Amino acid sequence: MRIWAENLGCRRGGRRVYRGVSLAVEAGRATQLRGPNGAGKSTLLRQFAGLLPVTEGDAGIGEVSLARDAAEARLHIAYAGHLDAIKPALGVRANLVFWAGLLGSGNDARVDAAIARLGLEAVADAPAAYCSAGQKRRLGLARLLVADRPVWLLDEPTVSLDAAATAVVAEMIAEHCAGGGSALIATHIDLGLSDMETFEMPGREPAPAPEASQHDEDDPFLAGAWG
Amino acid sequence: MGAFSALLKRDLALAIRLGGGGATALAFFTLAVLMIPFGVGAELPVLARIAGGVLWVAALLACLLSLDRVFQADFEDGSLDQLLTSGLPAELTVAAKAIAHWLTTGLPIVVAAPILGLMLAIPEAAIQPLILSLLAGTPALSFIGAVGAALTVGVRRGGLLLSILVLPLYVPTLIFGARVVEAAAASRLARPSCSSPPSPSSPSPSARSPRPGRCG
Repeated sequence: MRIWAENLGCRRGGRRVYRGVSLAVEAGRATQLRGPNGAGKSTLLRQFAGLLPVTEGDAGIGEVSLARDAAEARLHIAYAGHLDAIKPALGVRANLVFWAGLLGSGNDARVDAAIARLGLEAVADAPAAYCSAGQKRRLGLARLLVADRPVWLLDEPTVSLDAAATAVVAEMIAEHCAGGGSALIATHIDLGLSDMETFEMPGREPAPAPEASQHDEDDPFLAGAWG
Repeated sequence: MGAFSALLKRDLALAIRLGGGGATALAFFTLAVLMIPFGVGAELPVLARIAGGVLWVAALLACLLSLDRVFQADFEDGSLDQLLTSGLPAELTVAAKAIAHWLTTGLPIVVAAPILGLMLAIPEAAIQPLILSLLAGTPALSFIGAVGAALTVGVRRGGLLLSILVLPLYVPTLIFGARVVEAAAASRLARPSCSSPPSPSSPSPSARSPRPGRCG
């Protein structure tokens, strides 16, 4: 499905993170999101995931607008953020079985396939608490394979992965796109995908003078407050 | 419905694992009730009179003790983001988590309360109303508590703040529960000749028309 944004902006804690982001990722394509630390890559992905409200401009998944119907748009996305959402008290396999049940497929064969794909067979029955950081990240990414979602939003998916696992992730993304899915990936490394497009986050505006920032006329919440 | 039951099952599994706190609330409830005779003395008439209120207040505190784990752990490890993007409506997510909290906290308390009530010499006629009032009231404690747990999810060690927010909201439930037990016990004490407890399905004539002068 197509991922799109038109003139999308975001404010958090009274500070502008970005404005005027317009991008489109067609079905079957992957786009790399680039930008320096603090440019708002994670924030943008959270907006697409429906975890932050869209109040400026619009964005959406396929025909569905996030500003109007975030609940509907969420049905199409799989989001892998900085946190792997792993329960240390449950086994590696049990963690994945839960996500398979929650995200729809609920299919044991796919759980086994995902474990094998990410090289987690050796620890499949161990509590996730005993996994290394890399294994936890692999488990977090295995969730993408058991969730049947056409849009992947990946935030630094390769952090703490070794070279072999990074290659597996690149393969997973390529296969996902070949199957008609689309992906938006925030990453600083080159995943080695041949036909990946790149979107550069707009640079942060220079910090406004203190006086100007106090009278923030852009903020709809404060509009009219200054007389 | 598959997603709902998957979430419920996972929360129940987590509650009985190490650090899940499933048994902690029950242990706290038991200990809190056992402290009462040490505090107020072992005079049976006094204990019998306060038993209903004591059991209800202890149940409420035990419930409060385990509330912060309803959303906090999921918030910290990123599971909450995944739950919100899973497509399961947020209302059902909250319901599943509150039900799991009740099954691991409220239900054991309902089972343990009559036994602990006997230690407090609760009148026999008050035991059935005690169980029924706890069955009706403890789910309310879990669901009301979920509101407080959600509000304080971003606050590290927000347990105290959670208590301050939620305890006032528990007052109506507490009044309902404690008054049910107290009324049943009072009618029993006032009419020692009445041997069968008044049950909601088949109220005896004497239970239906208590003499106000002797039951108040």
